Amino acid sequence: MNYFLTDEQKMIIELAHQVAVEKIAPVTEKYDESGEFPWDIVKILSDSDLFGLYIPEAYGGMGGGVLELVIAVEELSRVCGGISLSLAASALGTFPILLFGTDEQKKKYLPPLAKGTKLAAFGLTEANAGSDAGGIETTAKKDGDYFILNGTKQWITNGGEAETYTVIAMTDKKKGARGATAFILEKGMPGFSFGKKENKMGIRASATRELVFSDCKVPKDQILGKEGKGFIVAMKTLDQSRPGVAAQALGIAQGAFDRSIEYARQRVQFGLPIISFQAVNHMIADMAIQIEAARALVYECSRLIDSGAKDISKLSAMSKVFASDVAMKVTVDAVQVFGGYGYMKEYPVEKMMRDAKITQIYEGTNQIQRNVIAQELIKEQASKK
Amino acid sequence: MNIVVCIKQVPGTTDVKISEKTNTLIREGVESIINPFDMYAIEEALKIKEKMSGKVIILCMGPPPAKEAIKEAIAMGADEGILLSDRAFAGSDTWATAYTLSMGIRKIGAYDLILCGKQAIDGDTAQVGPGVAEALGLPFVAYVRKIEEIREGYIRCDRMMEEGYEVIAMPLPALITVVKEINEPRLPSLKGMLRAKKAEVATWTAKDLSAEPANLGLTGSPTQVMKIFSPPQRPGGEMILGEIDEQVEKLVNRIRELKIV
Ligand SMILES: Cc1cc2nc3c(=O)[nH]c(=O)nc-3n(C[C@H](O)[C@H](O)[C@H](O)COP(=O)(O)OP(=O)(O)OC[C@H]3O[C@@H](n4cnc5c(N)ncnc54)[C@H](O)[C@@H]3O)c2cc1C
Repeated sequence: MNYFLTDEQKMIIELAHQVAVEKIAPVTEKYDESGEFPWDIVKILSDSDLFGLYIPEAYGGMGGGVLELVIAVEELSRVCGGISLSLAASALGTFPILLFGTDEQKKKYLPPLAKGTKLAAFGLTEANAGSDAGGIETTAKKDGDYFILNGTKQWITNGGEAETYTVIAMTDKKKGARGATAFILEKGMPGFSFGKKENKMGIRASATRELVFSDCKVPKDQILGKEGKGFIVAMKTLDQSRPGVAAQALGIAQGAFDRSIEYARQRVQFGLPIISFQAVNHMIADMAIQIEAARALVYECSRLIDSGAKDISKLSAMSKVFASDVAMKVTVDAVQVFGGYGYMKEYPVEKMMRDAKITQIYEGTNQIQRNVIAQELIKEQASKK
Repeated sequence: MNIVVCIKQVPGTTDVKISEKTNTLIREGVESIINPFDMYAIEEALKIKEKMSGKVIILCMGPPPAKEAIKEAIAMGADEGILLSDRAFAGSDTWATAYTLSMGIRKIGAYDLILCGKQAIDGDTAQVGPGVAEALGLPFVAYVRKIEEIREGYIRCDRMMEEGYEVIAMPLPALITVVKEINEPRLPSLKGMLRAKKAEVATWTAKDLSAEPANLGLTGSPTQVMKIFSPPQRPGGEMILGEIDEQVEKLVNRIRELKIV
């Protein structure tokens, strides 16, 4: 399909493809096994200028938007959905600064994030607050010109590796949803440390770690947006970043498709390549249909966001739900196409299946996304009367 | 420090097909790439530039499409590129090529170091680099695997030998040719690709170089090609399998059979 990409966007895809094939492909297995953080690849992505695609040139970026980020994440995820997350999750941590930062905060934090010499992360989830983000228990108590943070964030992507963290904490419990505030934290601030690093099913090259705050003293100009607006910062950030997860899912699905069609043409049973059996080639056709539909939705949603549209929650949620459900279906089918070989670590598709699962869970589970979509639909319907 | 890197565009495969009719390379359908050894030369030049500032200038002799190779080098970080292109250059052997490149370098004028890959993967002669140095009357070291020290007017490098290496120092300007052990070439950057897209690559003809026509192209090439042919395919080796004793016995029998000893 023709998505009418600009020459520059095609260049991004070409470059991301080259990085993925030449540099990432040889090490995916190694990082999947070890669970180490792929700093060598991060350095290459940084040297290639791929970290700052969506950041304005004034802050050291390439001046593109969500679509530029999405096409790069997709292309990298075709080869490894875990390693590509270092870049996508840095975007998740950068968006709040981009959307709500003062000019001063942007000047201070964005240039190294745009260059990729530093990574960012976003800390919302806690042990008792996942889908129900309103239940967060990390507190930030005002103390003159400072806030004192206490609590623990859980499962934070890029945790420990990133230098810049956007963290949501309760500044006033009594006010409920209006009592949360977003802060920019820096690695190394006194009272800010890292807890357990998780051992995961998939995206094992990605670091998922606890952020621990014990009397962490933060100057008040580290507030992002306004006091009490923490959940708005979080929700707007996630609206902006969900196409990134969708792109990760899309890339994983495309990668699984690439491998499946190649394998099905070469594997011979009953004297014929298995792709000549309708049961197999229909699976492959279904993969292609779903991937193309997902891509159309993800690109369109990214374009809508880049156009400056305000109401993006519904489409952003749709793109994430659809692409991640596609990724799961396609990767499960890819293992099926490979048969027993697909179940073996020596072949690439079992990893893709493990990597795909997370895209249905994080940045809001697909159930929660469907809640959001339904709410928006009800609102739209009600406003028609 | 101004560095000139000489690069060549070559077919992107070592499995080239030779036309049975004309006995020349079939280039149709084969993607062109920068000669892989030249990629190491480009990388080394960029590294030196990062350390010492200055300019990296790419010089390439070839038909107009070879501009793509120059642009690729610019995408990696080279500052500018010049294509030497003229019908009069066609059919150049290593001598005429070295002469033509040397005339290009004379025209560039201000340079401290010239870098070349050790050889091109299509011709495999490894003569052009040293030839350029001779034509310019410069000192040179071939097969460099490491630059130990470089500063204004001085370079010390390791030349790779069959066994071990030699450390050689010489004054600059000079020429070196590099082997693949010297570095790992970088990928292009997006900023570089955008710059390359817009970059104007100058084309210099024989006239621009004030080159002696008798030294150019086929006329200027002392090499005479008597015959081109594809060497017969080498038959595959024979694997001797089994336990060690069995293998030894089979091997001895085969040696006797073939009357090697
Ligand atoms: C690898 C990984 C990386 C992560 N990275 C980050 C990060 O960088 N930053 C960050 O802040 N968080 C991160 N998270 C957290 C992630 O966003 C949460 O796991 C996710 O939002 C779901 O929360 P939960 O796991 O607590 O599940 P729960 O909220 O406990 O949900 C459990 C199940 O109940 C369903 N459910 C819950 N409530 C409802 C409802 N109202 N309606 C219907 N169904 C419901 C859910 O859909 C799910 O199926 C990460 C998680 C993982 C696993």
